[in-house]
Amino acid sequence: MSDTHAQSVPFVRDTMLPQATPPLTAQGPVKWVRESLFSSIPYTILTLAALYLIYVLLSGFLPWLLGGVWTTSNIRECREVLDGAPGGCFSVLSERWNQLLFGIAYPRDGYWRPTLAFILLFVAVSPVLFSFVPRKLLFLTALYPFIAFWLIWGGSLMVPLAALLSVVAGYLVYSKLVKNNFAVGFFAGIATALVVWILSGFITPSLSGVLALEAVDSRNMGGFMLNMILGVICVSLSLPLGILLALGRQSSLPIIKLICVVFIEFIRGVPLITLLFVANVVLAYFLPPGTNFDLILRVIIMITMFAAAYIAEVIRGGLAALPRGQYEGAESLGLDYAQSMRLIILPQALKISIPGIVNVAVGLFKDTTLVSIISMFDLVGMIRGPILASTDWNGVYWELWGFAALLFFVVCYGISQYSQWLERQLQTDHH
Amino acid sequence: MTTLSDPQQGSFRLSMLLNDTRYRSYTFQFVALLLLIALMAFLGINLMRNLAEAGLNISYGFLGVPAGYDINQSLIDYSSQDSNLRAAMVGIINTLLVAFLACVTATILGVLAGVARLSKNWLVSKLMAVYVEIFRNIPVLIWILMIYTLMTAVLPSPSAFRGDDPASSMFLGAFAFTNRGVYIPWPVWGPGSMFVVATFVLSIIAAIAYRRYAVKLLFDTGKLLPRAWPTAAILILPTLLAFFILGRPVSLDYPALAGFNFGGGLQIGAPLIALWLALSVYTGAFIAENVRAGIQAISRGQTEAASSLGLRPKRVMNLVVLPQALRVIIPPLISQYLNITKNSSLAIAVGYADITATLGGITLNQTGRAIECVLLLMLFYLTISLSISAIMNVYNTSVSLKER
Repeated sequence: MSDTHAQSVPFVRDTMLPQATPPLTAQGPVKWVRESLFSSIPYTILTLAALYLIYVLLSGFLPWLLGGVWTTSNIRECREVLDGAPGGCFSVLSERWNQLLFGIAYPRDGYWRPTLAFILLFVAVSPVLFSFVPRKLLFLTALYPFIAFWLIWGGSLMVPLAALLSVVAGYLVYSKLVKNNFAVGFFAGIATALVVWILSGFITPSLSGVLALEAVDSRNMGGFMLNMILGVICVSLSLPLGILLALGRQSSLPIIKLICVVFIEFIRGVPLITLLFVANVVLAYFLPPGTNFDLILRVIIMITMFAAAYIAEVIRGGLAALPRGQYEGAESLGLDYAQSMRLIILPQALKISIPGIVNVAVGLFKDTTLVSIISMFDLVGMIRGPILASTDWNGVYWELWGFAALLFFVVCYGISQYSQWLERQLQTDHH
Repeated sequence: MTTLSDPQQGSFRLSMLLNDTRYRSYTFQFVALLLLIALMAFLGINLMRNLAEAGLNISYGFLGVPAGYDINQSLIDYSSQDSNLRAAMVGIINTLLVAFLACVTATILGVLAGVARLSKNWLVSKLMAVYVEIFRNIPVLIWILMIYTLMTAVLPSPSAFRGDDPASSMFLGAFAFTNRGVYIPWPVWGPGSMFVVATFVLSIIAAIAYRRYAVKLLFDTGKLLPRAWPTAAILILPTLLAFFILGRPVSLDYPALAGFNFGGGLQIGAPLIALWLALSVYTGAFIAENVRAGIQAISRGQTEAASSLGLRPKRVMNLVVLPQALRVIIPPLISQYLNITKNSSLAIAVGYADITATLGGITLNQTGRAIECVLLLMLFYLTISLSISAIMNVYNTSVSLKER
């Protein structure tokens, strides 16, 4: 010890070494690969199996997708062009594009109308979906149903205009009276709207030529357009109905509660297809003799009822999840039932229920394909019926089903991603 | 004794029905009831008038009339001479069959995918996420039709198995996948096979008893008996012994080409397979999400506390995490089973003879008894749904946290 001196040792470090980077195997991508893919023998086997699976899927799928033919006019030509090489006959999509999207019977020169309505849909829903869009644009949302109806169904602009007028009149009466009493304002508003609508019924027939588009019957709607129409209309109608049902089920009035419980449990207990059977073959028996309204309208009624029952259950969950103190706080402020629900309870309950409501909406949109079973020609109905049954394209299965699946996937995945984004936005509790 | 707040007697005015909260609720309910009765009367009168106009009546006599159509897949004896009621019974059994099969496979698939999605293996968890998103976001009807197309348009016909150098061959020499369905070996129950089955049932009971005894012994004395291999031995050995002592009473009947088609074995029709597979993969994706949410709902503290007690990872899972996770997982799982049962009504799209396709499809179209058929159909599904929700409520109350 004592014989070790500075001058007797050959080297003494007098500065710190710079920090060395970790070894290559413990940093960066190598570390990531080792830890998340090959951390143990079973994991390595799993990884290899997954890689093999991906290889098998892609090696089948990619040549089919990339080698596809887009320009032939029937399946025989397509097979000739392919000449045994792997590839899909995607020309069925380009040739039957309009049929897939709009159905068979929609007027050819009117395709721009549903397309425009579809584009306007995004404009109309953007102020509802995104809070950073200026609030003033909400008037577009209010106008949209009337514009879309006029665009898609055609006829004179006067009819939707009269409807708009009656809604505006009803709303004015409602906003005048709601300050005193919600119920009075609500019912008076509805009554006013009805009166104006009936009065306008005397004028509109004489103006049927004004700003008229070619009228299209409901039974001529088809393709993916029909799915979109059913989905959008039924979701937007079932939301208010579902809120009412949920409030009814939570209410303290036994008879109203009973009616709501029976309705909800009945609808939730049967498959949608039986309700569609009701719309198709049974509903006509329960309407006054001689009334004859569209199958599409009957289907909309049934799907709306179906979705409303599910939405009611979701909202009931939201109502039950609110702490009791919110109800008591509202009461202690002296608010009556309608005020406390409108101002305190529902805004919070609906916020909690958003993920559930979006799930119902996505499920509902997927369920619109069921109308193909009661022989309506929605996207699935078009593929199963006119396209696969035609001699030109009999046998082109995967291109068509893949296209249908892709359309639904894009819409449904988009909606669910939006819902997750909204949930993050609405998170006001910080923890 | 009266207090000041008591309602004053005899001062009831008609306006209090609207303005006094004590009476207003009665007014509302009365109005609601009136509206409901009016609606019912409206619908009822319309129904009467429409039926009278069409010369129809409500009658269930058609259920006893011969159905007059064939059903290709039936678990009970049925011919076209049997009544519509019997056809509906076949439909009910077929619905329950496909619902049961799909529930089992969807659960297995869903639990595997849900656990794999939480795996630390990046590739596997991403792959499972892709599976869940793809299958959840595409309508089940499209899946059913796609798998049905796969079964009928891609698989070879039975004639492809013929000849010296056939285009296709049977899988493992026992399974034939054809466009007329899948043929699998099926046991033939010879004389004495009942005894083998009875032995097997008894050994299941014995195995359960042994495991209970082992747990009791562990709790009472702390002695740990081995559980895995004795259970396996109790399950397998007596049955094998009985099987060979009785001279192999159970044998397998293999499918084989006979004429233009396969004979022997069991034929599972393409519609059943399409429906079964589609419902399984579709609902499996939903179950995977439920399982993942259930496991993630258990806070990390539980796992860490269990590990710090010295439990091994497997025991942490079995004794701490799973019992708590199951409480979260099982209610949505049961509602997924309900969804499978309801979605099985899509059988009508591929021609599988479930209750919707027999009673609500062919019988309805042949007899024209729309109201009666749809009513019976709804009653059937309603019964199933309500009984499953009743079971679920009982379960929920039994596992819910007992707060004192």
